[in-house]
Amino acid sequence: MHKIPSSEITPEHIYRSRRRFLREVGALAIAGLGIAACGNTANTSPVPTPGPVSRKTDELGDPLNTYQQITTYNNFYEFTTHKEYVAQVARNFRTSPWTVSIGGLVHKPQTIAIEDILKRYPSEERIYRLRCVEGWSMVIPWLGFPLHRLLADVEPMASARYVRFETLYDPEQMPGQRDRWYNWPYVEGLRLDEAMHDLTILSTGLYGNLLLPQNGAPLRLVVPWKYGFKSIKSIVKIDLVAEQPTSFWMAAAPHEYGFYANVNPDVPHPRWSQATERRIGEFERRPTLMFNGYADQVARLYAGMDLRANY
Amino acid sequence: MPGWICERTIEGGERGAFVYSLFYSLTADWSEAYMAVSDMRSNSPGEARTRPNWIHLIHLAGLAPLALLAWDAFAGSLTVNPIQYLTQRTGYAAILLLIASLVCTPLSVVSGWKRILALRRPLGLYGFLYAALHMLIFTALDFGLNISLIVQEVAEKRYILVGTTALLLLAPLALTSTKGWQRRLGRSWKRLHRLVYLAVPLALVHYAWAQKSDIRQPLILGALVAVLLMLRVPAVRRRIEAWRRAFGGVSAADGSERTPARGARGR
Repeated sequence: MHKIPSSEITPEHIYRSRRRFLREVGALAIAGLGIAACGNTANTSPVPTPGPVSRKTDELGDPLNTYQQITTYNNFYEFTTHKEYVAQVARNFRTSPWTVSIGGLVHKPQTIAIEDILKRYPSEERIYRLRCVEGWSMVIPWLGFPLHRLLADVEPMASARYVRFETLYDPEQMPGQRDRWYNWPYVEGLRLDEAMHDLTILSTGLYGNLLLPQNGAPLRLVVPWKYGFKSIKSIVKIDLVAEQPTSFWMAAAPHEYGFYANVNPDVPHPRWSQATERRIGEFERRPTLMFNGYADQVARLYAGMDLRANY
Repeated sequence: MPGWICERTIEGGERGAFVYSLFYSLTADWSEAYMAVSDMRSNSPGEARTRPNWIHLIHLAGLAPLALLAWDAFAGSLTVNPIQYLTQRTGYAAILLLIASLVCTPLSVVSGWKRILALRRPLGLYGFLYAALHMLIFTALDFGLNISLIVQEVAEKRYILVGTTALLLLAPLALTSTKGWQRRLGRSWKRLHRLVYLAVPLALVHYAWAQKSDIRQPLILGALVAVLLMLRVPAVRRRIEAWRRAFGGVSAADGSERTPARGARGR
């Protein structure tokens, strides 16, 4: 494949306006034919505009993905298994009132309203790569706070070794949960040292805005060196536990998904290439980095561990 | 295009490229089917040829997946990961069309409607077309023809290996789908084309293994294919034909000749 020189790449505002033009022409044509109902372009709800970000790239120099890309391509099976429809299905999801209960093996269990979480833990911007196990990736400017700050406030007991997270279970609002093929609610887990790592955040927003439902509003986990499915969305429950929790995907396909799910180009997955990935918005595949490029910060957590056995 | 022109073109270009043959047989096929049906209906093909024929509608089914993708591209709804989307959509179209091609023979056995048999070839060829596009998107767009990466993928992932096998089994069938090849191969043509009974189940295994966890859809399609293959077992087929003769009307719905009660014919 030839590399396309950057001078030949159409700037975003131009191709956007071309697409808008095409779309408007298309919409006009449809209206003219009197079948406006078929035009899925005509009734899309307005996407909120992205707020300010501090930088345009991640620390490796790769550009941020656009707000549109981040908010229209989502794996969130609670709503639908079609990534491109999640935003539409989730648009009326109620994120207030919302409480998160933190308990289990802690000295100070608490139930906190999301408004209090936002007040108590001021958010900072973290630009992270998100590598999906399906072989695609994005660079996302999250807003959030380190999980260890919340854990310090509940004072884990000495016997606590893992953190278990749970997503809201509400089939009324989350139609995907009516499908009994999967074992709802979604559960994820981290070893306590992984949870205490400074890269691990609870996110409340991205691109300067509060999270949209499709991205896991109002509160989600982000663990940038693990495959995306570890970063559980719309959390209502956080428990400190002694035993390793069984995650949603471990239960659904134990041979494919392990507890650790660290991004690792050397451990193949039966379905997707883990040696390479496609950055959303790019044409060519790029090599996947060990621990998604965060090896310097996190490799020590797994010193002496067989990462093939503990996938 | 009249059938005889195509026929001659294919004969003349028999050593021509594979794609050439594929596209000619796609276009040649409907005219051949058209001629066959015209002959059935009337002894003067010239008169019949002027009448529109429902068999042409099969091209709507065959081209609909491409048209839908073109519409998606126009409407900007190929998602932000268009290569994955195109791969999945072409693969799904291939499977549906191949299954449709397997429906024809049992449907004809049950109904006695012989004209349906003319649909097997265009449906099978359209199915192969989408399977080939699916492979092309995977190798050229997704992996940029990076041979070492592709080899690694095929070797590492059993679902890709199975899918590749299915496509390789279909390729000779597409190549030899013309009347010329049918004549040249004689009885072995039929035997060769029974490879589709292996290729379609393999394509479904490929589809099932490509799912994250939920394999309900490939299972349903697999059950359908199992029934379609069972109806081809000569004993089952003879019994159905006997029932049809015993309980059915005097002539078939379209007035065409009934299928004779012998063993399975090709697809």
